[in-house]
Formats: sequence, structure tokens, C-alpha cells
Amino acid sequence: MEIRPVFASLRKHRIPAMLIVLEIALACAVLCNAVSMIGQRVNDVRLSNAIDEQGVAVVSVDGNNPALIASDIPRNLAALRGIAGVQAAAVVSTLPLSHNNWGWSFGLTPDSLLTDKDTTNISMYFLGQGGPEALGLQLLQGRFFNGDEYAGSALNGSPLPSTHVAVVTRRLAEQLWPGQPALGKTFYSKPYAYTVVGVVADVLRPSVNATNVYQSAFFPLSGDASLSHYVLRSAPQDRDRVVREAEQKLADLDGTTVAKGVSYEDIRTRYFANTSSMAWLLVLVCVVMLAVTALGIVGLTSFWVGQRRRQIGIRRAVGASRGHIRQYFQTENFVLTTAGVVIGMGLAFVLNVYLMRHYEMRMMPWYYLPAGAIALWLLGQLAVLGPAMRAAAVPPVVATRSV
Amino acid sequence: MFGYYLDLALRSLRRNKMLTALMVLAIALGIGASMTTLTVLHVLSGDPLPGKSGTLFYPQLDPQDMDGYEPGKEPPRQVTWIDGMNLLHAQRGDRQALMTGGAVPVQPTQSGMDPFYSDARYTTGDFFAMFQVPFLYGRGWSASDDEGKARVVVITRTLNDKLFAGKDSTGQTLRLSDTAFRIVGVLDSWRPNPHFYDVNMGNYAASEDVFVPLATARELRMDRNGSMDCWGSGGGDEEHLETATCVWLQFWVQLDSPAKAAAYKDYLVHYSQEQKSLGRFERPVNVRLPNLMEWLDINKVVPGDVRLQTWLALGFLLVCLVNTVGLMLAKFLRRAGELGVRRALGASKREVFMQLLVEAGVIGLAGGIGGLLLAFLGLWLVRRQPSDYASLAHLDVSMLLITFLLAVGASLLAGLLPAWRACQITPALQLKSQ
Repeated sequence: MEIRPVFASLRKHRIPAMLIVLEIALACAVLCNAVSMIGQRVNDVRLSNAIDEQGVAVVSVDGNNPALIASDIPRNLAALRGIAGVQAAAVVSTLPLSHNNWGWSFGLTPDSLLTDKDTTNISMYFLGQGGPEALGLQLLQGRFFNGDEYAGSALNGSPLPSTHVAVVTRRLAEQLWPGQPALGKTFYSKPYAYTVVGVVADVLRPSVNATNVYQSAFFPLSGDASLSHYVLRSAPQDRDRVVREAEQKLADLDGTTVAKGVSYEDIRTRYFANTSSMAWLLVLVCVVMLAVTALGIVGLTSFWVGQRRRQIGIRRAVGASRGHIRQYFQTENFVLTTAGVVIGMGLAFVLNVYLMRHYEMRMMPWYYLPAGAIALWLLGQLAVLGPAMRAAAVPPVVATRSV
Repeated sequence: MFGYYLDLALRSLRRNKMLTALMVLAIALGIGASMTTLTVLHVLSGDPLPGKSGTLFYPQLDPQDMDGYEPGKEPPRQVTWIDGMNLLHAQRGDRQALMTGGAVPVQPTQSGMDPFYSDARYTTGDFFAMFQVPFLYGRGWSASDDEGKARVVVITRTLNDKLFAGKDSTGQTLRLSDTAFRIVGVLDSWRPNPHFYDVNMGNYAASEDVFVPLATARELRMDRNGSMDCWGSGGGDEEHLETATCVWLQFWVQLDSPAKAAAYKDYLVHYSQEQKSLGRFERPVNVRLPNLMEWLDINKVVPGDVRLQTWLALGFLLVCLVNTVGLMLAKFLRRAGELGVRRALGASKREVFMQLLVEAGVIGLAGGIGGLLLAFLGLWLVRRQPSDYASLAHLDVSMLLITFLLAVGASLLAGLLPAWRACQITPALQLKSQ
């Protein structure tokens, strides 16, 4: 296929050619960034979380009387364990993705202070007895807490529990002690110190952001009013019934408190509701934008074909086949799209850098650029097919008529 | 002449329905998408108290110790109890209020009603007058109620409807966390957007249902909500918040003139120096006095996602516009013959140019109407989202006007290049080739 005539004719139609290039470039820039935003959000929504998400339900109690909590918790748990289908029940201070975050900064030396610069912010989960089993934590190394450790740990109004043991997530262990076994190591916030007795698979923080996702640690605790979330584990098909019965039971036991139940899946869906609706919005924008771009190419190419009926007729009359004519327009489109894509990739990169600087946007993976280029090449070829076929259908006899 | 051009434009648009529909659709889609996001942005970055916000200020002091000190860093975004009370009692502003958020168990005495939790605001009495809160019945409480830790409460219309079926409930008793309160006022519907006076509570969250004097709430140890930052020995223990080295309260002051604002800033500097000489403050004096709108800016209350969406929508509008430019070019150049005849019959380039621009304007108007419908659809979709600002997304008159201006303006802009290009046709050449 001879490519020189394509350039020669494009030089004669500079404005429409430039418009197509510009259209493709803009579409490429917006598309790459929009898809990158979608990918980022899909990643967030799919973050893994090593608890039994399907089986866990939570009943939160508001209005606990701190003076009676030490006796209320065992009474409530006994009642909850009596519900048919409940496999495990325990009381905890907060849950992953519940927005209810109690974070504290710890260091690796006994003198570490909360305000030191090189400390690590850790989300703290306080668990009552049976907590690991009720949540379905997956132990990788070491052990969970024993009965004495639960019984001997209290807050008494201070921000950190009086225990000296903790279980950390694998991610946190790697961050604090890279390449070393975490078991037996200690982290500090003067005057508190906690020794790692177990490492569990990664559990999300109560609220996650770009840099803090899995930095969580678990501590034993008993008889404290901050333990206000009852975790119930059951088979997924029993879960909703268990929640309703548990709400009723807790309300019957104590008229002054307010108990509200929800399945863990609902907590997770609610946490990511905005993120997933934004992702859908972006998908919609991408689809409509591609459609608009394709229609624009169809419109301009059709006009072109209409303008060049004479020339097409002459080429056909002097021996060009239908295939030649079709290929001519396809090649022309390919040249224009290539130019657009090259400019578009540059624009996409600049836009990405700008958005990264001003918004919570991550670096676009490099392969988005070639992927975007291929998508637009395909789109261009698809859009030009109709007008090119119409051009190929121009009969040679047109050349002999002076319209 | 305009009428004639309009007639020509309509005829020409009718001639090639497919191309016309494409152009109108492209503009409508671009306008629809950008107006949807612009409306959300407009609603979210709006002034919560128009006409009043310029006189409301949020003083910031730096009472922290030298740990982690960096020169020029922003002072804490809340105040300690001691500083809040000092500023409050100094009465240097026209009005001032010290407040924090919380949640209280409401225990209705009406039979058949279970106790429930309600968001609450613990504040001093000037809150209502300073923020121009409308009252349905009764009024707020006085400074002596604040001092005397009076058991008085102001509730919202929503709560009044729920508990008292909308009747005037002032003077009645309401039980909150096992204590009897006398209702002194019922608010009319009030939902400032954003929830500016305490940005820790969700920027676009609905307002609280229960308002209690701050001192009363502290005496009864009512549950406190919101953010708290501590330093030194401050532990955040709820029992000793009055003396803790923690910031957890919001302090607002009303200053009716710029001179008063300047004087107040001097007062803050003076106050900080005094506290430093007393040994309470350790850092160099660092005070700020942003007004309400500046304060919202500092807190970046408009969600990043919304700004991102606006950028995306404007990019999308640009794609649609370039597309329209291309289509108009195709359309105008295809009519080279007709334009040649008009030129040969005596129309000047200017007149042909005007004629084509009128045509572009008509396309823009049609696109604007389509875009408006799409924007209504888009906003309806936004309102079904779970975000706390979702229910606010409505189109107002100014945005309606902007929609049409944007649509017509954008299509005229898109028409400039094609119209100019079409004017360059040499009439003789066109006539010859016919």
C-alpha cells in the first residue's frame, strides 16, 4: 500500500485532519486517566480482609453503663450464644471498615513517645475473650491470647490497655521488623510496651487510606465500656435471622441500652458505597466519550468521502479495486489515529502528574498507555469502516460525469 | 436579518437530520455531564450563611509545647477548654460561642416509644443568634443559663414532630441520659451546608437534633463526639477534659466590621503573649483568624472526588466540543455551493459568517435543552447515591441560566472555526464547478 498519497491529501485538508488528531488525543488523555481512576477504585473495593466476612454479623450497643459493664458483658454473651446457629460470639471495640478508628503511634525503643517522628501509627482492636474465633482471624504464627491475659487487661480511663501482649497483622510485622521474625519482639509508647505473641493474616483498619491499609494490632481486654460491639459468627444462611434475634435479646435484657445489628457484608458495602458509585460514573463517562469520538470520526470521514467522490471515481476508472479504495481510507485513519495517540499519551501523562499532585490519585501503570493506544486504533478502524465501504462502493462511472 | 438567518438555519438543519442530531447530541452530552458535576460542586462550595459569613471568624491559637514544633505550621484547628472559656468570657467579639458535638440517649416518656440516640451539640447560648438559627417556638437560652448549668434544651423541628407531633412543646420536659430537661425552644427547619461550625462531624451531615448548654453537658458527662488532639501529659480522659492539654472545642466569634476583626487579632496576639509569660503557652505566638469561607477552604470541605469529577466532566465537554467543531466543519463545507451562490448574489463575508454563527447558536440552544434534561437525569442519579451530600444536589435558577449560557457559548465557540473556514470560499470557483 502506497502511503505517500495519504500524506499528500492530508496536507490539502489540514483543518479536518487536525481536528481528528485533536479529538483522538483528548479522548486518549481522558480515557487513560479515567480508566486508571476506575482501576484504583476497583482495587480499593476489592481489598482483602482476613476475617470471616460472610459469616460475621455485629450488634452494637449504645448506652452501656460503665459501672455494670463487667457483669453485663458475660450475661449478654451467654444469651447471644444461646441463639440457634451462633457458632461463636465475643465483644470487640471496633471492626475493620467501621470508620471507628482508635489509632496510636508506636516506636521500637522503650523511650518512644506518641509524638516522635519515626513512629508507626497502628489501629488498635481491643478484643474480649473469644474475639479471634468470633471474627475468624487467621493465625499465621504464634498464638492468640490466653484467659489470664484477657482477664488481666483493663483500660481504666487510660488510652492504652494494661496488657503486655499483642497480635499484629503480617503487613505490620513486616513494616516494623523487615526481614525478621516478629514473634517475641516488642513495640513501645512510653510507658506502655507490648510483646508480639502472634501474627495473623492481614486485617483492614477501621478506615483505610492510600498508605495505611493493614497496620492493625489486636489487644486483649475485659470489662470495659469501649467493648460495645458484639460479634456473632454463624453460617451465612443463618446470619440475618441471628442478627434480628440478637437485637431482640439484648433489648429484652436491658431496657436502657439501644442495640443495633448489621451483617459485616453491609458494613463493607456501606464503606465502599461512594467508591463504587464513582467507579460506575467513570465507566459511564468513558463509554459515552468513546461513542462521541467514534461518531465524530464517522461524521468527518463521511464528509471527506463525499468531497472526494470524483477522485475516487477516477482512481476506480484507472484500475484501483474496491479493496484499494477501502484500504486507502483505513490507512488514512490509521495515520491520523497514530498521530492522535502519540500526542494523547503525552497529554495523559501530564494530566496524570497534575492529578497526582492535587488529588488522591496514584501513578498510572505504564501499560495503560499502549492499552489506550490499541483501544483508540480499534475504535478508529471501526468508525472508519462504514464510510470506507461507502467510498469503495463509488462506481468508476462517476469520473466521467461532471456532476 | 436575524429572522431570515434563523429561517435559513432551521432549513439547513432540517436538511441533514442525522448530522444535526449528532451535533445536538454531542453538545447535550457534554453540557449534561459538566452541569451535573458543576451543580454538585456549586452546592457543596456554597456559602452556608449568605450575607453573614463575612462577619463570622474562627480564631486559632497554638497552646502546644515545643515537641514537634515547626515554624510557620498551622495552629491546632480547635481550642482547649481553658482558652475557649477565656476567650468566651473576655467578650471581645459582638457575639461568641464555644461548642462541641456529642450524642445523647433520648428517653421519651410517651408510652410505646423506645429510647434512642440523637446527635447533640453542646454550646453556649450565643450560638443561635450568631448563626441566625430560625426558631419555630420559644428561643435559645441565656448567658445565666450557661453559668448556672441550667437543665434546658433546644430541639429541632424533626425531633419535635417525632416526640410532640409538631405541637408547641416549650416548657415541657424531655429526659436525656436520665436527667429531666426543660424544652425552651424548637428550631424551624435548619440545615446549613456545609455543616461549617464543626467540620469533624461530616461536612454535609444533617444538623444535630438536640442542643444543650455546654457547661450542663460537661457536668452530666454527656457523651462527646468529634476529634481531639493532645500533647504533653494530655491523655484524653473524659473526666478531666477541663484541665487536659487537649484541643477538642470549636470557638466562633462574630466581628461586625474589619476594624473589629483587626482589633480581635491583636487581642489574640496579646492573649497568647500573656499565656506565654504565664508559662502555659511555650511556642512563639502563632494566631490566625480565618473567616467562615476561609475556614471551609482550609478544611477542604469539598470532597476531592467531586473536584476530580468536575475536571473529568470539563475534559469530556472539551472532547464533545472538538467533535462538534469537526461535524460543523463537515456541514458548512458541504454547503460550499449554496454559500457560493449567496456570496455571488452580494452577501458579504461578514453576513455569511453571521448566518453560519446563527446556525451554530441554534444547535447550541437545542443542545442546551438536551443537556438540561440530561443534567436533571444526572442529578437524580446523584441524589440516589449514598454520600451525605447526595440529597443536596438540586439545580437552582442561576445554574439553569449557566447551563444555557454555557451551551450556546460553547457551540458559538465551536462554530467560529468552521464558519470562518466556510467564508473563505471563492464564489467564482464554486459557481464554476456546478
